[in-house]
Amino acid sequence: MSADARAADAVEHPEWLWHAAEPKKSYDVVIVGGGGHGLATAHYLARNHGITRVAVLEKGWLAGGNMARNTAIIRSNYLLDASAALYEHALKLWEGLAEDLDYPLLFSQRGVLNLAHSPQDVRDGVRRVEANALNGVDAEWLDAEQAREVCPILNISPEARYPVLGATYQPRAGIAKHDHVAWGLARSAAAAGVDLVENCEVTGIDVRAGRVTGVRTTRGVIAADRVALCAAGHSSRLAALAGFPLPLQSHPLQALVTELLEPVHPTVVMSNAVHAYVSQAHKGELVLGAGIDAYNAYTQRGAFHIVERQMAALLELFPLFARAHVLRAWAGVVDVSPDASPVIGHTPVEHLYVNCGWGTGGFKATPAAGWVLAHTLAHDTAHPLGAPFGLERFTTGALVDEHGAAAVAH
Amino acid sequence: MTSQPHRLPDRGRVDRARPLDFVFDGTPLTGYRGDTLASALLANGVHRTGRSVRLGRPRGIHTAGSEEPCALVQVESPFPEPLVPATTLELHEGLRASSLAGRGRLSPDQDPARYDTLHAHCDLLVVGAGPAGLAAALAAAHSGARVVLADEQPEPGGSLLGTGEYVDGLPGAVWAARARTEIEAAGARFLPRTTVSGYFDDNYLLAVERRTAHLGDLAPASVSRERVWRIRARRVLLATGAHERSLAFADNDRPGIMLAGAARAYLHRWGVLPGRRAVVLTTNDSAYAGAGELAAAGLDIAAVLDARPRPGRRAARAARAGLDVRAGQVVLGTGGEEHLSSVTAAVRGDADRTAQDLDADLLLVSGGWSPAVHLYSQSGGRLRFDEGLGAFLPAGSRQRVESAGAARGIGNLAGCLADGAAAGRRLVEAEGFPAGRTASYATEPEEAETPPVHLYVVPGRGGSGHARHFVDLARDVTVADLGRATRAGLRSVEHIKRHTTAGTGRDQGRTSALLTTGALAQLLGAEVGELGTTTFRAPYHPVSMAALAGRDRGRLFDPVRVTPLHAWHTAHGAAFENVGQWKRAWYYPREGEDMAAAVERECRAARTGVALMDASTLGKIDVQGPDAGVFLDRLYTNMMSTLKVGRIRYGVMCRADGMVFDDGTVLRAGPDRFLATTTTGNAAAVLDWMEQWLQTEWTDLRVRCTSVTDHWATLALVGPASRALLAGLAPDLAVDNDSFPFMSLRDAVVAGVRARVCRISFSGELAYEINVRSWEAPAVWESLYEAGRPLDLTPYGTETMHVLRAEKGYPIIGQDTDGTVTPQDLGMSWVVSKKKADFLGRRSHSRADTSRADRPQLVALLPADPHFLLPEGTQLVAEDTLPAERPVPMLGNVTSSYRSAALDRTFALALVKGGRERTGQLLYARTGEALVPVTVAHPVLYDPEGERRDG
Amino acid sequence: MLLIACPWCGPRDEAEFHYGPEAHHDHPADPALLSDEEWGRYLFFHDNTHGPRAERCCHSAGCRRWFHTVRDTAHHEILAVHRIGEPKPETA
Repeated sequence: MSADARAADAVEHPEWLWHAAEPKKSYDVVIVGGGGHGLATAHYLARNHGITRVAVLEKGWLAGGNMARNTAIIRSNYLLDASAALYEHALKLWEGLAEDLDYPLLFSQRGVLNLAHSPQDVRDGVRRVEANALNGVDAEWLDAEQAREVCPILNISPEARYPVLGATYQPRAGIAKHDHVAWGLARSAAAAGVDLVENCEVTGIDVRAGRVTGVRTTRGVIAADRVALCAAGHSSRLAALAGFPLPLQSHPLQALVTELLEPVHPTVVMSNAVHAYVSQAHKGELVLGAGIDAYNAYTQRGAFHIVERQMAALLELFPLFARAHVLRAWAGVVDVSPDASPVIGHTPVEHLYVNCGWGTGGFKATPAAGWVLAHTLAHDTAHPLGAPFGLERFTTGALVDEHGAAAVAH
Repeated sequence: MTSQPHRLPDRGRVDRARPLDFVFDGTPLTGYRGDTLASALLANGVHRTGRSVRLGRPRGIHTAGSEEPCALVQVESPFPEPLVPATTLELHEGLRASSLAGRGRLSPDQDPARYDTLHAHCDLLVVGAGPAGLAAALAAAHSGARVVLADEQPEPGGSLLGTGEYVDGLPGAVWAARARTEIEAAGARFLPRTTVSGYFDDNYLLAVERRTAHLGDLAPASVSRERVWRIRARRVLLATGAHERSLAFADNDRPGIMLAGAARAYLHRWGVLPGRRAVVLTTNDSAYAGAGELAAAGLDIAAVLDARPRPGRRAARAARAGLDVRAGQVVLGTGGEEHLSSVTAAVRGDADRTAQDLDADLLLVSGGWSPAVHLYSQSGGRLRFDEGLGAFLPAGSRQRVESAGAARGIGNLAGCLADGAAAGRRLVEAEGFPAGRTASYATEPEEAETPPVHLYVVPGRGGSGHARHFVDLARDVTVADLGRATRAGLRSVEHIKRHTTAGTGRDQGRTSALLTTGALAQLLGAEVGELGTTTFRAPYHPVSMAALAGRDRGRLFDPVRVTPLHAWHTAHGAAFENVGQWKRAWYYPREGEDMAAAVERECRAARTGVALMDASTLGKIDVQGPDAGVFLDRLYTNMMSTLKVGRIRYGVMCRADGMVFDDGTVLRAGPDRFLATTTTGNAAAVLDWMEQWLQTEWTDLRVRCTSVTDHWATLALVGPASRALLAGLAPDLAVDNDSFPFMSLRDAVVAGVRARVCRISFSGELAYEINVRSWEAPAVWESLYEAGRPLDLTPYGTETMHVLRAEKGYPIIGQDTDGTVTPQDLGMSWVVSKKKADFLGRRSHSRADTSRADRPQLVALLPADPHFLLPEGTQLVAEDTLPAERPVPMLGNVTSSYRSAALDRTFALALVKGGRERTGQLLYARTGEALVPVTVAHPVLYDPEGERRDG
Repeated sequence: MLLIACPWCGPRDEAEFHYGPEAHHDHPADPALLSDEEWGRYLFFHDNTHGPRAERCCHSAGCRRWFHTVRDTAHHEILAVHRIGEPKPETA
């Protein structure tokens, strides 16, 4: 057994996490959505701004949405300046978060390889690495052989259908244990006096004279001076309750795990060209992810032909996974924005704020999303890191388009 | 060691004439054909199959089926496979397996097996060939309906294989075999060794058939090892049975402790007595039949502990038959090191006064039965908790699915047979197939059932803790762990699952889920029903990644597209690059040449002599109809409707957001007929784009689009000598500039073949694109090549094409653009019509962001050192020294970079903020740790006056 | 793998189809008359209903015809299928 696996199995959660709160009649801030981002917002409202008359409303069980369903990859090697700044802020927070929360988050900076399979992938990769370097994000360009040195089980045969031509590598990237992150944030927020209210679905948002006054829920009416929507794939539904649209489409995103295996995979590998990413979690299971399902849906289940295709892609990269067994597959509901960047900040309703549009990449941003949104809630002004991500960009056209190259070739 | 000391001489369904040698943990052992690894190990007295994953405790064989939580072994040969249940691993000659401590190993060697996929369509899919499933299939098979019956075991019968029960006077297994024969004779399909593992929308199910693993080394290489069945069923009947579960008492995990039903199966199916002296612990009637049969077969049963204060008639009969039935007693704990040696029995609720140690090497437990509702739940079905049965049962699904037999809580054989028969009949009749008379089946009479007691946790002696009361053996989760989770404030079963990892092992909690929930209910003072279940996820049974990938591997991972000239390129030593699915000739290295040398030679030939390229991969879309001109005017930024017949125009397309989507030439072949070319990678996307507009919004336009990419091959003949060469091969074609001007087309005979010749140049040189029917391309190419020998005609590839176009400042969409670039950014305002009222993307060009002056614009860069090649992707900064702090503002990035033979230097194209205003400025390119000075230049570096295109 | 009833070919596996955007969100007749905000609405804001959603679908590996479906995003079920130009059927 590896040291990692032993550590994972030896982890003791704290004696006390949080108690299920009853909703009060009113709060300074109501956060709708008890996932990672909502909990992080509550944590930083208390920690950075001293605001604790706060409720986090969760329609199901705390952190049971995408926070419980993601593949827990953390990296900050984004191309554009605004994105790099935001995700790098998150990564710096990750580096101190276990200490901050006094909770073993199993944050493992084992590095992430983003593979290139075509000359255009190589150009895009180098461009991103170079931009990262000037933005203060650690990143390297590796040729195929160097990539294999980082991940010895990677198939770099030139005979592959889409051979690995190189990779970007971010050594500080890695994975964390998502439940621990959520529970650590929840515990911190609860200890500071935040009410974590589970099984409390928001059914209406009260707006008077253009300003939010509270929310209606399955557990009664709750007044609030400020309201933040942190509901990922369900953000459009909540915004509709307040009478404005969001530029989002909700899609299932599937992930899978295998049985526990002896350590074989030391890092995280992502390949956009063949649509697959994989890491080996601390306990030993391979954690696998794919691209989003093609249709809009609010179901936490996807179509299996997507998974079959993904398995084929992974075996191209890792032939030795052939006889690993998939134990279970599941899906989250992700909110995809037009430019693959989040929507953070003000809405047409005063004192109502959103944090959404993170698509497939929200987990890694958890602490920064909470940090930035807490600032906005506290001051009613955009945080500098969040400013480029406002809704107004869909009017001006100033998108933060992280799709990168359109994958067109002559 | 005596061979197979626990094997009975005359029981079971193993073939004693076929002994098999195998090795477990290095020890050579013998079993029989028909054994599983588990039954063969037990026959040899081996219980312990590994250690537990967290605590390292010895663990043994707990079940006799696929629900096994403990006995998960590493297959070492014929080929390594991790965590295979010993209880389903069919013994074969040469098997080597090892015990594990919860983690398996992958082989670094290439899996030699193949895997494939089949589709099946049926009116009724019956999952499970136990009594209910067989009765259903028998009822349905004669109706004319297409029936598929799938079962995970090698032979039909399900529970009948392990209980020794009789149907219609026949031993259950014999009856099942006959039923199979009848079902197959009626035209139904029986799939043995096939586990239905996924239940998806619209009654689409996924099953995995294990075809050769049981043959070991004898598996024929020509047969796929596993086969995925994708089954679309009008109706589904789930006859998936039920799983027995254990109870949480102290040290309930030792080797030698197994489920009562499993021991009964080892007796009847494999002729194995898994111990010498046993204690039975039960909460229900089901353990009695097996206990009696095992005793009759020679197992010494020390006591039957029945947790019920009044165990009822079956217990009474067992007592009359000589068993020591102890009403109201439970197990307090067990003793032993590597194997069970004693069991402490006591009256429930009065442990300290009544505890008694019993010597035993086997403890058989029945804590009740949990219907296998996994697939039902996957279908979208709801579950309800039945207080009487103490089980979650199916309670309605969106899909056309039902459950029958034990899968919906029916506990006796007669009931399962009748329920299955009725369901089979009902379901095919619902699809319009008359099922005829429903058979009834004779079974042995049973005493009336006494209700079970719903017991989950048995407190240990003296109020001791629960640190060794296991609820999930696979994940080493104890009642104490559940207590820690609830004391931390957690209430939801989903939280508890994540906190403790209960139910996340390889068995996905099949034997442990209800026990966990029951224990939790006790801790929280809640009802089991209100706690509910965690979500059941596909796959029901673990599926190998190779099976899911099927044939889509290697070359078949994605189709390979090649041009009609591919064989010629290969024969002439071309290096290829992947462009989308295409293999394109990249360059043609000669002896001793590297890529740079080959490309330089090819470029020089194109600029000074004559060169030939295969451009067949360019997308070609035939656009026809009276409104074709109007249509193209809406799609392209420039005007196409004014194009004269016989002429060609370059065009750019934008998406509605105003960003460049594709470019290419459009030629007009007739008043109502255009041919649009696209980039290689975008051909399908452009056709989709066109068809969507035509079919959904512009339905009034009379236009039809057809992809003709593969119909035409395109041969690009380039260079000052191209005219002479073409003239020689097309004597009837007037090739002089006035007769055949730039951007026009001619239909002509070239090398004896009808061709459409276009004067298009992507290099700035005099050039012709010769389009011929694809099957005639090799002959035409050969003719050109032969005729060109005196002129040193040089074949060139995509890399040279890229250099030549870059020297002329022609962008490549997708390389010099990235989906955020407008035509204006590319310096192509000339291609954006000012006259047209609208075209796709036009409105976006006047938004605030698209009209700002500091947008990235396409420019050329000239490194100060003319030999220095800028890496593509390099970022540009304003200053010649980098400040220490980050971020450093970036001005743009290199999109294309080449060595130019024509310019005798290196150069690059780049997108630079406000780039056109910076012409002549010095910028700095960060390459490695160095800052390389570069000068911004107009993107057209070669022949800016365009003097060369007419020759 | 949904079974989608192509109005031209009959029921076929989902893998033969290509999902398009929201249905009935047509290109404005004269974009020049729209404000930046209205144009932004057209470009980026699409129906994301929880429940029945009208959308375009193309039988791309079959007849290559586009048609409209009403699919419930709460459970994937396709409630109605109709050809372009035909009125949207009642699904309630």
